[in-house]
Amino acid sequence: MITAASRAIGRHIVLILLSLVSLYPIWFVLQTALKSDRTFELAPTALPSHPTLGNFINIVTQTPLLTWTLNSVIVTVSAVAVATLVALLASFALVFGTFKGRGAFLKADLVFMVVPPVVLLLPMFILMFTFRMLNTLQAVIIFYVGLLVPFSIFFLVNFLRTVPREIIEAGTMDGCSPWRLLWRIVSPMAGAGIFTLVIVNAVYVWNETLIALVFLQSQGKRTLMAGLAEYVGRFSSDEPLILAGAFLSMVPMLVLYFAGQRYFIRGFTAGMGK
Amino acid sequence: MAQMTEQTSVNVVEGNVGLALRARSRRRGHASSKHRWWPYLFALPALVTLGLVFVYPLVAVVRDSFYSGTVSHLAYTGLSNYHLVFTNPIFIQSLLNNLRLLTTVPVMAVIALLVALVLNEVVRGWRVYRFVVFIPYILPAVAMGLCFAYLLQESGSVNGILNDLHLHALAFDWLGSEQLSIYSVGGVVIWQQLGFGIVLFTAGLLGLPEEVIEAAVMDGTNWWQRQWHVVIPQLRRVIELFVVLEAITVLSWVFTYVYVITHGGPGTSSSVMTYYIWQNGFEFGAVGVAATAAVILLVMAGILIAVYVTIRARRGDL
Repeated sequence: MITAASRAIGRHIVLILLSLVSLYPIWFVLQTALKSDRTFELAPTALPSHPTLGNFINIVTQTPLLTWTLNSVIVTVSAVAVATLVALLASFALVFGTFKGRGAFLKADLVFMVVPPVVLLLPMFILMFTFRMLNTLQAVIIFYVGLLVPFSIFFLVNFLRTVPREIIEAGTMDGCSPWRLLWRIVSPMAGAGIFTLVIVNAVYVWNETLIALVFLQSQGKRTLMAGLAEYVGRFSSDEPLILAGAFLSMVPMLVLYFAGQRYFIRGFTAGMGK
Repeated sequence: MAQMTEQTSVNVVEGNVGLALRARSRRRGHASSKHRWWPYLFALPALVTLGLVFVYPLVAVVRDSFYSGTVSHLAYTGLSNYHLVFTNPIFIQSLLNNLRLLTTVPVMAVIALLVALVLNEVVRGWRVYRFVVFIPYILPAVAMGLCFAYLLQESGSVNGILNDLHLHALAFDWLGSEQLSIYSVGGVVIWQQLGFGIVLFTAGLLGLPEEVIEAAVMDGTNWWQRQWHVVIPQLRRVIELFVVLEAITVLSWVFTYVYVITHGGPGTSSSVMTYYIWQNGFEFGAVGVAATAAVILLVMAGILIAVYVTIRARRGDL
């Protein structure tokens, strides 16, 4: 009896320690952002005795942080919307249509899911350079759409396979065109699945740094991640100021996660179980 | 009319709705060609996108590896870039660092598995723990990289905490040491990726039939024997997939951590292949060299991708 109880306590201790390790860096970002630079220098790990919002005000007023954030929102919303639409059309065709080369398409899709984007970076850069599209949000949106499509198709194909065929059959009998079938019958049913996919894709685009850093080189065009990563190179001495920016960049992800944890877990583990 | 309807439903029973749609349109006597082509039409945007973002760049990067010069003036130079890259000590160092980072994969897999096994036995609050340990995985690498760049400084908080615990011997110069810096980056990668493994393995454990474990308990086996002989073998496929995905991750997705935390330093001691590609292509403007390094990375990743597709095909995920 005693050993069972002590084992249970032992398990909780392990898990609490792990939770602290997971959370401490996030807490460190927040508590540092609430300190003045001088207080931080004196006692970096201490609790902020006189919390100040000064760093947040400064990072917003002294850097183009708001512009970067707006760019990130535009890029994330556009890339996720276009990728989801493109993938939904293709997945519907792959699941419910007769399709020459269907097997090859799915296999290629699986490969593209894990091709490192850095390999594609240089040719894409030269392509955008040729079409004079460097420093435009459209350039990164196109690139992100491409990178999102393989996983989105993989996800939606697996999801649409669970739609009962009788429903498609009934729709067909009523004279529905494939187009109407997709929008009127299948899409509403796939709502939760599509939402899960949108979450996973949005996290990817919001957090992406390398492509944004390379393609968007003028201050006013940067996304939040590219802006922050670049800014540090020049002002890394003021740690509380920079971590205030870092904290702001985390907020949308944290809010989404707290609001819809199950979609995250479902989405990020999609197709991995069995 | 009745005959046609029957034909339609037979097609549906065969599980081929495409044929059903076609039969339907034939009955209406128009737009049959439109309906036969709809799957191709629907897939067209995806085909164009994948062609532009994957097929073209994959071909172009191989071609560019045989050229040198700047973006606007490229000249064919055969295999000389490969000779250049393979004799370049910084590239070799970057490649070795990627191999060093591969050591984080078994570490992650083992810790995640142990935590998932423990989590699986905790009745109260296991969802809360899962919620918390997954948070690092969804946060921006830039933000967490910046955070760790400060935490791991010689005078930073990690060493502050170690000193407070009187563990002075463990208070290393995490980012300032040429030997340690790449492993410090590896530590941050573990911190961020661990939650993914835990969530994945926990999901796998939830799917295990309880009878199997109960039978093992009845057989009088102890906890370790049960995990090792009964539970872990059942998770084999998930573990395989996790290991391959994480290997691809540390090989080709760690740019942001290196860029933000160490900038490849001190010197070039923590450079990795992705960083080397970025630096040559976009800081030095050496397109050919960057393309060559990218092709080498692609070949290495290609081995892992082949393993990945094989695992997927065997599981019937295609």
